[in-house]
Amino acid sequence: MLLIPCPWCGPRNQLEFTYGGDATVKRPLPDAPMKTWLEFVYLRDNPRGPHQELWHHSAGCRQWFKVLRDTQTHDILASGRADEALPGATA
Amino acid sequence: MTQAFRLPTGGIIDRSRPLRFEFDGTAYEGYAGDTLASALLANGVHLVARSFKYHRPRGILCSGSDEPNALLQLDRGARTEPNVRATTQELFDGLIAASQNRWPSLRFDVGAINNALSRLLPAGFYYKTFMWPPTPRWWLRYEHFIRRAAGIGRSATAPDPDRYEHQYAHCDVLVIGGGPAGLAAARAAAHAGARVIVCDENPAFGGDLRGMNDDSANIDGKACATWIDEAVRDLSDSADVTLLTRTTAFGYYDGNLVALSERVADHLAAPLAHMPRQRMWKVRAGTVVLASGAHERGIAYAGNDLPGTLLAGAARTYIDRHAVRPGSRAVVFTNNDSAYAAALSLSRAGIAIGAIVDAREDSELTGALAVRAREHGIRIVSGSMVPAAHGSKRVTAVDIESLSGGRGTRVDCDLVCVSGGWNPAVHLFSQARGSLRYDESLAAFVPERSPLAIVAAGGVNGCSDVGGALADGHAAGLNAAAKAGFRGPASYAAPHAEPVAPGRLRPLWSVPARDRSGKRFVDLQNDVTVSDIALAVREGYESVEHLKRYTTLGMGTDQGKTSNIVGLALLAEQLHRPISAVGTTTFRPPYTPVTLGAYPGEEAGAHLEPTRYSAMHDWHVAHGARFINAGLWRRAHSYPRAGETPDDAANREAKNVRTNVGLVDVSTLGKIELQGNDVAEFLNRVYINRWDTLAVGRCRYGVMLRDDGMVLDDGTTSRLADSHYLMTTTTVNAVEVMQHLEALLQIDWPELDVYLTSVTEQWSAAALSGPKAREVLAAVVDIDVSNAAFPFLAVGTCTVRGAAGPMPARLFRMSYSGELAYEIHVPADRGRATWEALLAAGARYGIMPYGTEAMSTLRIEKGHVVIGPEADGRTTADDLGMGKLVNAAKWCVGKPLLSRPALIAPDRWQLVGLTALDGAVMPRGAKIVADPDHALPNPMLGHVTSWCWSPNLESWIALALVANGRARHGETLWAVSPLADAKARVRVRIGPPTFIDPDGERLRG
Ligand SMILES: [Zn+2]
Repeated sequence: MLLIPCPWCGPRNQLEFTYGGDATVKRPLPDAPMKTWLEFVYLRDNPRGPHQELWHHSAGCRQWFKVLRDTQTHDILASGRADEALPGATA
Repeated sequence: MTQAFRLPTGGIIDRSRPLRFEFDGTAYEGYAGDTLASALLANGVHLVARSFKYHRPRGILCSGSDEPNALLQLDRGARTEPNVRATTQELFDGLIAASQNRWPSLRFDVGAINNALSRLLPAGFYYKTFMWPPTPRWWLRYEHFIRRAAGIGRSATAPDPDRYEHQYAHCDVLVIGGGPAGLAAARAAAHAGARVIVCDENPAFGGDLRGMNDDSANIDGKACATWIDEAVRDLSDSADVTLLTRTTAFGYYDGNLVALSERVADHLAAPLAHMPRQRMWKVRAGTVVLASGAHERGIAYAGNDLPGTLLAGAARTYIDRHAVRPGSRAVVFTNNDSAYAAALSLSRAGIAIGAIVDAREDSELTGALAVRAREHGIRIVSGSMVPAAHGSKRVTAVDIESLSGGRGTRVDCDLVCVSGGWNPAVHLFSQARGSLRYDESLAAFVPERSPLAIVAAGGVNGCSDVGGALADGHAAGLNAAAKAGFRGPASYAAPHAEPVAPGRLRPLWSVPARDRSGKRFVDLQNDVTVSDIALAVREGYESVEHLKRYTTLGMGTDQGKTSNIVGLALLAEQLHRPISAVGTTTFRPPYTPVTLGAYPGEEAGAHLEPTRYSAMHDWHVAHGARFINAGLWRRAHSYPRAGETPDDAANREAKNVRTNVGLVDVSTLGKIELQGNDVAEFLNRVYINRWDTLAVGRCRYGVMLRDDGMVLDDGTTSRLADSHYLMTTTTVNAVEVMQHLEALLQIDWPELDVYLTSVTEQWSAAALSGPKAREVLAAVVDIDVSNAAFPFLAVGTCTVRGAAGPMPARLFRMSYSGELAYEIHVPADRGRATWEALLAAGARYGIMPYGTEAMSTLRIEKGHVVIGPEADGRTTADDLGMGKLVNAAKWCVGKPLLSRPALIAPDRWQLVGLTALDGAVMPRGAKIVADPDHALPNPMLGHVTSWCWSPNLESWIALALVANGRARHGETLWAVSPLADAKARVRVRIGPPTFIDPDGERLRG
């Protein structure tokens, strides 16, 4: 079970969190073309290695935040607020 | 009763505490400190089991958790448990055990015919035979018989009477295994200042040294037992050390989370009142020291499964630790030095040793133990092997032959002690994603490296003597503590024991077969032989993972602890590849079987998940409510009166709402308060309809979409003040909606000035509904509730007068039933008083409480959709008849994808109302078809989503999603439900979904 470092609460058990998917996907502007919206809703990369993702501390401080996690090893390399760039993240 | 095979002195048993026990109906006696296995051996009982496939007589092979044979049924009533390893079960007074997998008795077992038929039962037999004809039905038929024939043990049929606990713990260093290496590691880490947890699966610490009788070995100049006692006392004196015995580390997970199973009460007849039966620990360890030791392995020769065959180390343990004589005349068969220690124990116990048969040449026997055995005058037959053992239910003799050929001799014996070497217990290291390295000198896999913080020490690293284990453990403990930042006093010295000069091991996995009659077993639990492995290779199963599954090698409850390495070495021989190239199968949790009850722990039965109750719950109970679950909530389904069924009651309640007035508890609705300057903009973005036009003191119905355009949730939002709103969500979706809104605000639109607070628990809510609702309300509130002063969709505050005094309330004029209706919200602690005040005021108007069933009937009559049945994740707002709500002038979540061609196609399933014709009952879960007699598969035009008997229309009605349904009003179709009843077919008339008051005059009146 992962030990996830919430930027607000510190390292906590994975049971307290909800997974939120790829953190590099940005919500398009309202007037974006259909193709952009389709990609936003349906298309996700499935990388092997470091992956920026969103987690919600749903049984804690209720904050969404970013985690850089290696999908191959499950190692957590960094975490940070939803609105800041993660150290070591490429995208 | 006599314990005829108990040695007169020695052992760490308590001879002052005799314990009675029973095995297969015969009474025996043992001593405190015995395992079930040692007590059976003390009474001369070797035959304890029949094997899984061939029903061959089997005895006790091991002295620990690696035992493949001696799996017994422990009978304790509702606590009966199959496959209990006799070698780890501590004896208690009154223990009742029985053998398994035999009928009618252990000595005479009909199933043993399989042994005679074994040529018809080769490896992969099940796959080859029972997969034809290749249909699931035939497999099910076979499986019934296979399961019965293969029945090992019986599971309990009564509910588990015991309690199980979970315990989280954190430490700097977790030491797995409390033998010499583990104790040395724990002391080094603890003295450095680290928080330490030490666990060991045995009842006491000491590992292989526990109870060992060897005057030549000492640690720091003390007897081993004395050093162990001092080490344990030293550790238990430290406030930062937790010592756990009877505790197995069985699983290693991400983030150095290690799961431990502590058997708190399995050594007792039943847990004491204050005890859980078992406790599952989830330990987050900074660093793990794996000091799990090693498992001895056998050598495959014909008849190597006969009772009276023990691994050499196990024989030594029974003699030294339990003062048991496992035989009278022994032959030792080995390829390494460790069996010589057993031979010396045998000799001390007065057991005659026919010979030590050693595969190594005489010139190789230079190790200290071999030299000592020779000095003791024990006969050593070097360069030789045991090709076969003889006997039927106990070994009576073995053949001895030179490895270089020639005639053999036969030696009588009733005990064979075998050692083919030692397999480091690398299971948890491998689970920790650690790589393994094949060590040629040990002929075994040892830990190499892991990306996680785990350090191996002692026997698992291949240390074969106490001195090496202590030094390795001490270093590992210092290393682990240092990783956690503790570099404590270097003054703490490593414990010391004289090293024992080792002799080299000569790999020997199996002896050549002389003829086809003798079975050479590799995996004793699953009856896998050398020939099975050869056959699998001939048939092309060359990968070790395929070999495992095809032959079932290592797939028993022992997970092949004694057999896996032998099996893959034989595979390598067959393939002419090095063992390192063949590799191991994947090690997975659990290391040893874990009782299922321990996994849920306390989270079972009523504690499976939390139960939520409204503030009015006790009133509902006191008034005879029937309850149903809605998410985690318990909600009143109906309030049956004497002689009424719950359905009768719901019909009465629903009818009363339309004729008089009813009151329903809606506290379970999700309630979210929104505050901030941008709430209206935020609502515009998350709801399909417009919100910037909502005035203070008004509420509005809204629908939310997912990003893919499908309906997510619906509810009302009220504007309580300029920048203060209250949103309600459906009961079941409250959590999901809150999370959705938080994600939008925190990730996508952090610039919006909006704050969310869930207040579901803080407010109780009741809906007052019916033509007389206004009169009832007027009697208890302090404001004017006339239609002019408080019109439809008005929101305000008021005070409710009740027996307990005035109560501040929020008042909403909204309707779910379609009648004139109000929602009254009060702080939760006033919920019941408000509820009672409304009922008291309504008494003269014929008020009745109503439950969720009547509420459902009312909303079906009114054509209101529910998230789930109608909005099932595949329906758009337009499908549900709410396309008009989608505001064309603004954007909202989900809107961009709404224009996809498939979502606006004319044949989409749309919400309609159905009325059953011919006085028929609407069948459950019906689908809609044009012709019920159409050949199967009958084209489906839609399906019923909700249905009920309408007491107000006096007919069965339903809501349904039907292809192009809005254009079909007036058509007659069929509702059929072949699953419910082949003849369930009802003519239905399609119409609009709103059956009652389609223009909404009642709710506005
Ligand atoms: Zn947090």
